[in-house]
Amino acid sequence: MEYFLIIISAIFVNNIVLAQFLGICPYLGVSNKLSTASGMSMAVCFVITLATLVTYLINQYLLVPFQLEFLQTIAFILVIAALVQMVEIVLKKVSPSLYQALGIFLPLITTNCAVLGVAITVVTKEFTFGLPSHMLNLGEALVYAFATSLGYGLAMVIFAGIREHLAMNDVPKAFKGVPIALVSVGILALAFMGFSGMVK
Amino acid sequence: MSKNLKLITEGLVKNNPTFVLLLGMCPTLATTTSAINGLSMGLATLFVLVLSNMAISLIAPVVPDKVHIPVYIVVIATFVTLLQLLMQAYTPGMYETLGLFIPLIVVNCIVLGRAEAFANKHGVLESACDGLGVGLGFTCSLTVLGLVREILGSGSAFGFNFIGGNDGMLAFVMAPGAFLCLGYLMVLFNKFFKKD
Amino acid sequence: MAAVSNLKNMVTVLGLTCLLCSAVLGGAYALTKDPIDAAAKAKTDKAVGAVLPAFDETSYESVEADGKSYNYYKAVKGGETVGYAVESTVVGFGGPLSLMVGVTPAGVVYNTSVLSHSETPGLGAKCNTDAKFMAQWEGFDPSAKILSVKKDGGDVDAITASTITSRAYTEAVKNAVNAVKKLEEKDHE
Repeated sequence: MEYFLIIISAIFVNNIVLAQFLGICPYLGVSNKLSTASGMSMAVCFVITLATLVTYLINQYLLVPFQLEFLQTIAFILVIAALVQMVEIVLKKVSPSLYQALGIFLPLITTNCAVLGVAITVVTKEFTFGLPSHMLNLGEALVYAFATSLGYGLAMVIFAGIREHLAMNDVPKAFKGVPIALVSVGILALAFMGFSGMVK
Repeated sequence: MSKNLKLITEGLVKNNPTFVLLLGMCPTLATTTSAINGLSMGLATLFVLVLSNMAISLIAPVVPDKVHIPVYIVVIATFVTLLQLLMQAYTPGMYETLGLFIPLIVVNCIVLGRAEAFANKHGVLESACDGLGVGLGFTCSLTVLGLVREILGSGSAFGFNFIGGNDGMLAFVMAPGAFLCLGYLMVLFNKFFKKD
Repeated sequence: MAAVSNLKNMVTVLGLTCLLCSAVLGGAYALTKDPIDAAAKAKTDKAVGAVLPAFDETSYESVEADGKSYNYYKAVKGGETVGYAVESTVVGFGGPLSLMVGVTPAGVVYNTSVLSHSETPGLGAKCNTDAKFMAQWEGFDPSAKILSVKKDGGDVDAITASTITSRAYTEAVKNAVNAVKKLEEKDHE
């Protein structure tokens, strides 16, 4: 039941793009076409889950015992940068087809603040999910990270669909491109606000 | 000196990071619930931007090409952590308000972007001016966006309430208002400043 | 412009950068540690001071009540206990809602203050700013009034359009009052 609440909360109630404002740059950047949007979402999903696993363990077994929590930011970003490179190398060797699908998005992910944002959030913030407030354990953290990235994918795919239609419409000159996109995301966020308070 | 002055003013309008370059969208949207919050986030980014630009312009000549990104990220992360420690010590209230978005300055594309596009091929003074200009441009955009959202959403400006109650249009303080406000501000900016 | 990318160069530069950066940060951490601790202490001191009558000194302890553990500050003036400041956390509308609740030994709420919350800005977040809502807790006597919101038949005025936050706030106060009741019972055994 608790895992179910985590998933609903991370995908709908606290959607990472529409409620937490993380990962907006790639969100606006690659959501022009449905195919690139879904490719990017899958790559983000993969990296967020893996990065959360590694940074959680590093925090738990290296930083906390030695009271080095103040190095969190620098340690996490280095780990993420190295991880992304490694994923790229491994994918290239092991699964060339997957590499072709995700490859071009991987270098972009290092500077996607959604990855670092989720990694820091799960080790610093207390959550409730229907229980008294507590720090997440490894299992919960992984489910949270995975569900969050699903939420990212959902927001991305919906938005790409909208943008494909927008591209064919005649919008005023000053609105062309990003401004009209932002206004549409605003309306999308308004719709997602209907979920707020559903899971505590 | 006039050249450096030009670098500073360019960051404000012609190379405005928010409205022209469309960089650093996450903190722009997330921290501008009020003018003060927007201003603080802008200044925090300015601090990191100027220092990292200066440090990177100094070390760039000795950094081998293949490892330049990791080296730059370490340098930027150092200044961000420095900022975190200083804010925790001297402005704990603001540190709590801006929360997650202080460590996330590390992945703000403006900072790495300026390092890559400018600081690694210019001198210390020029890089500092460039950082200052872009940082000020970012600060101005955030303050304006924060001000508009605060006026519409809470009926106050810089914490000064002028409608005599606390009932504004709440949506503008929440997530949808951030996107809508930025979208419409961008339209106005395109209308008045973009010549093409 | 850049140096040659051979293994020796790359390792030296990366290693040196990391070394230098961690040295700078270690130094900065040592320098800012005391101000950071002082800032955190000032924050709790302020919260404790705001919810209790004047006192000479406090001691930090914890107590079990209703199956939960509560940390509290016991305030003493002239050898007599003048009140307890209890840290009480409940689940609000958007996540954890933490309060510092000051309760006199007689079980009357002296005052309350919000330690942290994740309520909706402009709605539930008003529990920290709405003067009318905050003022009603001063001197709230649970033996004379009912500790639940008016909608549920109690005497607590809820924040407009934020019943869930108001309920949670009330629950946090109630838990704190119960914890103090437990404490007083223990003292008189």
